[in-house]
Amino acid sequence: MREMIRYIAWRFMVMIPTLLLISMLIFTIIELPPGDFFESYVEELKAIGEKADMQEIEDLKARYGFDQPMPIRYLNWVGGMLHGDFGYSFEYRMPVSDVVGDRLWLTILVSTVTIILTWLLAFPIGIYSATHQYSWGDYGLTLFGLIGLAVPNFVLALILMYLANIWFGTSIGHLMDQKYLSQPMSWEKFKSILEHIWIPVIIIGTAGTAGMVRRVRANLLDELHKQYVMTARAKGLHPFKVLMKYPFRMSLNFFISDIGSILPAVISGAEITAVVLSLETTGPMLIRALQAQDMYLAGSFLMFLAFLTVVGVLVSDIALAILDPRIRLRGGSTK
Amino acid sequence: MNEQTDLLRIEGLSVSFPLWGGSIHAVKNISMRIRPGKVTALVGESGSGKSVLGRAVMGIETPAAQTSGHIYFNDPDTKERIDLLALPNEGRKMRSIRGNRIGMIFQEPMTSFSPMHTVGNQIEEVLKIHTVLSPKERQERCEEMLSLVGFSNPARAFNMYPFELSGGMRQRAMIAMALVCGPSLLIADEPTTALDVTIQAQILKLLRDLQSRLGMAMLLITHDLGVVASMADEVVVVYRGEVMEAGPVDAIFRNARHPYTKGLMAAVPDFEMPRSARLKPLREIEVDAVGLVDRKKHAEAHSDVVLSVRNVSKSFVTKRGGGFGLGASPSTLAVNDVSFDIRRGETLGLVGESGCGKTTLSKILMRGVTADAGEVSFQSERGPIDVLNARGEDLNLLRQRIQMVFQDPISSLSPRMTVRNIVSEPLEIHQRGDAKARLDAVKRLIRAIGLPENAMGRYPHSFSGGQRQRIGIARALALGPDLLICDEPVSALDVSIQAQILNLMKDLKKDLGLTYLFISHNLAVVNYMADRVAVMYAGRIVEIAPCDLIMRNPVHPYTKKLLAAVPTPNLDRPLDFAAIGQPSAEARKQWARQFQEDAPGDLAHADLGEGHLVLARRNVDVRELRP
Amino acid sequence: MTTKPGTDGDVLPHYVREAPFDPYADDAASGSSTLDEASQLKLMWWRFRRHKLALFSGIALLIMYFMIVIVEFLAPYKVHTRNMDHIFAPPQSVHLFHDGQFVGPFVYGQKMTLDMTTLRRVYSEDTGEVQKLRFFCRGEPYRFWGLVDANLHLVCPAENGHFFLLGTDRLGRDIFSRILYGARISLTIGLLGVATSFVLGIVIGGLAGYWGGWFDLVVQRIIEMLQSIPTIPLWLALAAIMPVDWSPLLVYLGITFILGLLDWTGLARAVRSKLLALREEDYVLAAQLMGAKSPRIIGRHLVPGFMSHLIASATLTIPSMILGETTLSFLGLGLRPPITSWGVLLTEARSVSVLALYPWLLLPVIPVIFVILAFNFLGDGLRDAADPYK
Repeated sequence: MREMIRYIAWRFMVMIPTLLLISMLIFTIIELPPGDFFESYVEELKAIGEKADMQEIEDLKARYGFDQPMPIRYLNWVGGMLHGDFGYSFEYRMPVSDVVGDRLWLTILVSTVTIILTWLLAFPIGIYSATHQYSWGDYGLTLFGLIGLAVPNFVLALILMYLANIWFGTSIGHLMDQKYLSQPMSWEKFKSILEHIWIPVIIIGTAGTAGMVRRVRANLLDELHKQYVMTARAKGLHPFKVLMKYPFRMSLNFFISDIGSILPAVISGAEITAVVLSLETTGPMLIRALQAQDMYLAGSFLMFLAFLTVVGVLVSDIALAILDPRIRLRGGSTK
Repeated sequence: MNEQTDLLRIEGLSVSFPLWGGSIHAVKNISMRIRPGKVTALVGESGSGKSVLGRAVMGIETPAAQTSGHIYFNDPDTKERIDLLALPNEGRKMRSIRGNRIGMIFQEPMTSFSPMHTVGNQIEEVLKIHTVLSPKERQERCEEMLSLVGFSNPARAFNMYPFELSGGMRQRAMIAMALVCGPSLLIADEPTTALDVTIQAQILKLLRDLQSRLGMAMLLITHDLGVVASMADEVVVVYRGEVMEAGPVDAIFRNARHPYTKGLMAAVPDFEMPRSARLKPLREIEVDAVGLVDRKKHAEAHSDVVLSVRNVSKSFVTKRGGGFGLGASPSTLAVNDVSFDIRRGETLGLVGESGCGKTTLSKILMRGVTADAGEVSFQSERGPIDVLNARGEDLNLLRQRIQMVFQDPISSLSPRMTVRNIVSEPLEIHQRGDAKARLDAVKRLIRAIGLPENAMGRYPHSFSGGQRQRIGIARALALGPDLLICDEPVSALDVSIQAQILNLMKDLKKDLGLTYLFISHNLAVVNYMADRVAVMYAGRIVEIAPCDLIMRNPVHPYTKKLLAAVPTPNLDRPLDFAAIGQPSAEARKQWARQFQEDAPGDLAHADLGEGHLVLARRNVDVRELRP
Repeated sequence: MTTKPGTDGDVLPHYVREAPFDPYADDAASGSSTLDEASQLKLMWWRFRRHKLALFSGIALLIMYFMIVIVEFLAPYKVHTRNMDHIFAPPQSVHLFHDGQFVGPFVYGQKMTLDMTTLRRVYSEDTGEVQKLRFFCRGEPYRFWGLVDANLHLVCPAENGHFFLLGTDRLGRDIFSRILYGARISLTIGLLGVATSFVLGIVIGGLAGYWGGWFDLVVQRIIEMLQSIPTIPLWLALAAIMPVDWSPLLVYLGITFILGLLDWTGLARAVRSKLLALREEDYVLAAQLMGAKSPRIIGRHLVPGFMSHLIASATLTIPSMILGETTLSFLGLGLRPPITSWGVLLTEARSVSVLALYPWLLLPVIPVIFVILAFNFLGDGLRDAADPYK
């Protein structure tokens, strides 16, 4: 048990430099484009014949240290985030945390539901495919999965929208009825979200499920040929129980460690889908912010998303350590 | 007819596998029997179909396998006579026999357990399937069984994971698992092939003890007739899926009639053999080293000692058993103050069980691992070279003068190169001759190891294990080295192939005037090859002496144990289970007082004369050591 | 003949097989077959060949890559040719028989009327007007690869006729021709992107695996970090860096570089772990002990050892590159007109209201799916073949 706690503590410690590195990378990226938000803002206003309030702009610039060198600004940004101050969105003229608000939670909600659905589907399908290798069912599921992988998320979204339009004559999209948008969470709002959430979940989950089925199948097939499976059969264990207790148990580990690869993919997919379906998640806002060089908004968004995945990987590592005695007792890699 | 006397009767069993359109007949019309409470040995080389037969009895061969014939199992408990082949493979009846009435253990103790479940969980499972015991009773039965197979603390072992156990202990746990339901038949598929002779002897003793104690029958599948002599009541010899000879153990060993059986027997090295006698492998190799003989010329000219090793030590930082790498890790001495000389033209045998440091030592000599302390000096034609610190030209010369033959014939040859490229690689590295000269050299080498010239264009995958090992030897000989370090060159091979390789190496040594450092865990093999023998235990050389002397008159208890552990195909010289049944670490505690170490520095090499040194207490009288 | 296992219960009689015995029957040295002399490459090819779907995919991809070389010849129209009187024209089907008579491949003319209530253009087939397709014909002049003036096409519409196999877009541009031209960008961007990540992956992963030590540690951390940032947002951010006034070529190279820059981590990991595994092999140790220097060990033993695996996994990452380009362009952050890629073509289908009226705008997705599937099958086949001894 003490070893376990030590491992978790160590894992947390490793997370800190990772997050720091990520923040540096993100800051560099959002700083790289030539010019800044205000330049394009003034240009824009000029184009429609208005004059910008230069005083206000100068104030904002001074307040956010635009005259200071980059490292200082970076430190300010990171320091602020530690206090929960994520900076200021110049476009919305609001603190970033206010702009983001619900959207972040909705992103997390959509991603979590998607991952759970992915698991629920990929597990049985993967097991079926592996145990019925080269059967028609296996071929069919494999082909289906590959098509799921091959269709870009946004195309799937478009097709679903198109079909809904033809069949029901309605337009799908959004995460909830528009009237609930700025309301606090209520039962009605929750119901409305539930009604809407399945479409993005299907869209985002398809590629992830297909990929995971393939990986589970390959992994399970590897395990099925191991000596310990034969040992278990030699005990007289029922074949299904052999499968569930041994190879399946082994691939469970693989599954959990797979969170690390599936989470970034799901979040990526969620961003794209959100744009097409105009969901009230971070996606559309992120793209807008990137295009408008609203740097704190964009930076904090990216940071949120990265943080989400880093935490996800951390959780999966800890779960793995609990589940896998080889890690728990030896601290070695499972390979 | 008396139906109930045979426990298992196999009649006309054939097994074949579909392969590339055709099929491979692994077992062809084999009939045999196993009597209750007796041991039947199924003997043959790898690929003879003996393991397939074992799996067919259990019904755990792959579904692709096509079987025909009958396997009658007369269950002594239920008095039923069942044709196992007629039962559906995964049916209830078959499963109630599998693991319950017939148990099975496998060759690879490392992979036979699931790493995710505790040993206890996996053993208990068998009881869960076949009995109606309560969990508490099950645990008791398991612990009882674990203590029976030699776990001193069964309750602790119950909760351990397989990877926390050594190979030998894992095999013991495997046996516990196979026997926990008290089967009337145990199928042991090469149970000791992956193990050292010392551990092999322990496992064999355990199997023998349990077999007589529980009154069960055993089907022992092995390639080693030496093992059979100490274990079996009846013997069936198979070759290419067919029975060559079968009979009671006496008839087979005292009156072997089939050339295959005779060949297998003659291939096992034996202490009783005169030192000049030659093993007779089943397939002899014609050595034609004529083209290589010119390399012999620079030998003899220099000093008598080729390699002199003085006080070499090496420690490794071990990963702590239960840690995540935090905190200080203790280090273990893999090689501890080792000194010896290798004389020109001799074969020095280095013996010890796995983990004793012999491979580390060989890698130090090859400069594959850096030593912590000590000196190694190599006598080249340009004068002595400090092996551990050589650089540039000196190191280059060393790399040509000392060559290595590896244990694993599969991993030691690059699968992407033809034999010609493999053998000529050392010549290319050291820029010997032009392309044509190199080709000639490769041709001579290939002839020398007895392969046809067309082998040059082929890839390693088309050769058998023994042939690959010969290619490895050809590569080592390419540069005309003075010293060949052979690290367990025959441990991965069948006994019948082993003799072939040993003879080849002997012949080459004689023809080319080579010097060998021959590493093995099997004293009989070393006896056959070596002029002098060094016995290594826990990083130290515990005894070193001329071969005759050490074989006739071993002094150190560990050497004696090693000697006793070698199985020979001789009914009059069975394994002395009483002497070797314990793990080495346990047995060490019972060594005589004069060999015990209480504090570091207690021990030194005592000189018994004639080059016979033994590690013993400093102040001990030499005469006290002689028993 | 059957051996007798002895009567039940009796002492086992001593049985000796009488048939002649050949101890060398197993010895592979006696014969020499094609399998024996097959190099590893040949074994891989044999194994790959059995994978029919992969073989077929490989051939299909080869054909496609050949096609993008001669797009100008294959496409009936140029990429930017506007047919202002055929805006949003639906796909025309190719017929062979007219009035029960064989005339060879032809299309019917299209008649456009403007629906005054919905303000939509309605096209109808004019079955009276047979427009016979011409093959290997002189049609719209073009500059082949921007170098040579030519006007030879594989297929052209009839004189004064039109041929829109997959319909037209809002500027009356032929979608079929645009898909062909788009392939030039979409297919090469995946390849160039993989080449970039391949180089990065081999160099970085190789050094990490070969040197180990602190370099390995740093690389591992960086890889972990890059892999934990969701790709698409990062791509978006990087794509946003590219100035709007960059030339199309620069944007193209920029996107390629971005795709490659973030993709190398997987390959680097694969190289590293494969290297670590290979270094454990005795034959590599043997070469070291023989005195081989690092370049020789890397060149003769390590690189051939992992190359096949690496090519297989690189093949499997091409689809994600193509998807990445498509997605970025679709969101308006990747390639921009006048560059024509499949992603750019799909931006036309961005809104559902347009899509509902002109569903053929979504057709460019079919080649995307086809290519991705083909690369996946090919990669699977290569991966299975990469280790012929398994």
